[in-house]
Amino acid sequence: MSSEDAPGDRPAEPAHHVDRAGLVIAAALAALAAVLVWDASKLPATSMYGMGPEAMPVVIAVGLVLLAIGNLIDALRGNLPPRESMDPKPVWLILAGLALLIGIIGFGGGFILATSALFVTTSAAFGRRAILTDTAIALVMTTLIYLAFDKLLTLSLPAGPLERLL
Amino acid sequence: MDTFAALAHGMAVAVQPMNLLYALIGVFLGTAVGVLPGIGPALTVALLLPVTYKLDPGGSLIMFAGIYYGGMYGGSTTAILINTPGESASMATALEGNKMAKAGRGGPALATSAIGSFVAGTIATIGLAFLAPWLVDFAVRFGPEDYFALMCVAFVTVSATFGDSPIRGLTSLFIGLTLGLIGIDKLTGQPRLAFGIPELLDGVEVTTLAVGLFAVGEALYVASRRHHAEEKLEPVRGSLWMTKEDWKRSWKPWLRGTLFGFPIGALPAGGAEIPTFLSYSTERRLTKHPEEFGKGAIEGVAGPEAANNASAAGTLVPLLTLGLPTSATAAMMLAGFQQYGLNPGPLLFAERPDLVWGLIASLFIANGMLLVLNLPLVGLWVRLLAIPQPWLYAGILVFATMGTIAAKPSVAELSMLAAFGVMGFLMRRFDFPIAPVVIGLILGPIAESQLRRALAISLGDPMVLLQSPMSATLLGIALIALLAPFVLKGLGRFKANED
Repeated sequence: MSSEDAPGDRPAEPAHHVDRAGLVIAAALAALAAVLVWDASKLPATSMYGMGPEAMPVVIAVGLVLLAIGNLIDALRGNLPPRESMDPKPVWLILAGLALLIGIIGFGGGFILATSALFVTTSAAFGRRAILTDTAIALVMTTLIYLAFDKLLTLSLPAGPLERLL
Repeated sequence: MDTFAALAHGMAVAVQPMNLLYALIGVFLGTAVGVLPGIGPALTVALLLPVTYKLDPGGSLIMFAGIYYGGMYGGSTTAILINTPGESASMATALEGNKMAKAGRGGPALATSAIGSFVAGTIATIGLAFLAPWLVDFAVRFGPEDYFALMCVAFVTVSATFGDSPIRGLTSLFIGLTLGLIGIDKLTGQPRLAFGIPELLDGVEVTTLAVGLFAVGEALYVASRRHHAEEKLEPVRGSLWMTKEDWKRSWKPWLRGTLFGFPIGALPAGGAEIPTFLSYSTERRLTKHPEEFGKGAIEGVAGPEAANNASAAGTLVPLLTLGLPTSATAAMMLAGFQQYGLNPGPLLFAERPDLVWGLIASLFIANGMLLVLNLPLVGLWVRLLAIPQPWLYAGILVFATMGTIAAKPSVAELSMLAAFGVMGFLMRRFDFPIAPVVIGLILGPIAESQLRRALAISLGDPMVLLQSPMSATLLGIALIALLAPFVLKGLGRFKANED
């Protein structure tokens, strides 16, 4: 038997199973190539010898198109490596934590609040339910980090209401 | 000889008390962070970059040397004790090492890995010290077209030749190359792919990309499959010390591992996987105790660990002499140089010998410190491994975002970090390799400027790439390395059909 297939894959499915995620990946690569060409076309032509700034994006775009085709073939043949089942909930929870962090930093909430929010959501995503305990741990830990960076390394981290109290 | 004088000078720099302290801090932090499951050496260096922002270049590079070797050491501890290698280079170690830990021989496994790393690291660093000046003499004659061709070789070998799938490896590389285009073009001042966002004009920070892909991506991936079996931490039982028998069975694998690791690491192809697995299979073939393989044979830890460390020192050869990173970790080291406006290469050897040779000398010192420090501190590292998973990953994400917040506290930069995290998650899920993205980002712009310089000198004649014998040969090698996996795969299929 051929060695590149997952064991037991081929005998069970003689008709190739089209991998939909692979199709999306191929389409995304092609779209990226289009963006590159579009962006390069807006660069003013230069009259210098050799390559201008627009040449390399076009070369890379060509590569991306070829790779999109390669990925498309793999997807149509169902040649992608097997994927394990996944639980999307914790992923969204961590992403929500990152969004909170970005929002708090953006609105001047400061380092301690922002990273504490990320700590608690991530910990919850990994199955912890003791949110109050985790919040306390997070606040203490991030305060210590803030002090260490601010006082010892003299690196300024963004300050919010909590940091101004220190 | 020149090398001895230069090395002695480097030693004089490295043994200054402040620099010794930096090396010690680097070794300690590197091991502590590298020990955490899921954190490989590349991420260790990326996470610890902000710590060195305020240091002078010399002290910071010395700290890097410690972090680099410490991160490697920490990774193998994790591989032995919980069988979750942070990177592929520790996979071979985990095979036998974790079995040894399960059989209650975790102590000797850690000891042979530590002493083997020391032996291999020392020999390989000597190799680096002697090979580097020779290569520098050679590299000063390189024209821009030769550099461009050399980078093509690195691109192809890193992404296509040795991975599972050349298509997916090249896809990762081209994503990295695309990210490398973002920002102001250095030669003409034109913004590319900036879409009017001012933060994008500076380009994508390598550390933001690496931390996003490795730390955030890994946390998302592990969280998404938490319902699969959790890994188990093996306690270190019994004596830490190796018996006479253990020594007898370890020393030859150490030396053989070094012989595999250093030359392969020093090639502009990089990657520690090949030498570690070569070493593993060699030891398996040569052992007098074949019945122990698969159940925890000490040779299977000693050899790959030595190969891993020797190849880590080997990757510093192209990095320091040519400015060519061939692993994600080396790419992070290059980012460390670049934060001070330093470009590794023949010029740096000529202009800042104190810096380069101080770094090489502190590799010896870091290696020695690891040996002395780590065996007694095993208990501490084991306790770090026992941090419950929710707090571990929550803490990793806090540290990961902290680096970005400290460097550039802007919504745009943090959003990029989150976006790269999602990308890292998807790449793990769909089995795309990650290192080529980082190498594409850092090496792409350098390759482009070398190519454009070559074409500007030749007044736009592309034949310049083939007229230099060096560049023509290298481009030929790159082409062969690109086509080989496809041809071999085709042959394999042909053979399989014949059976």
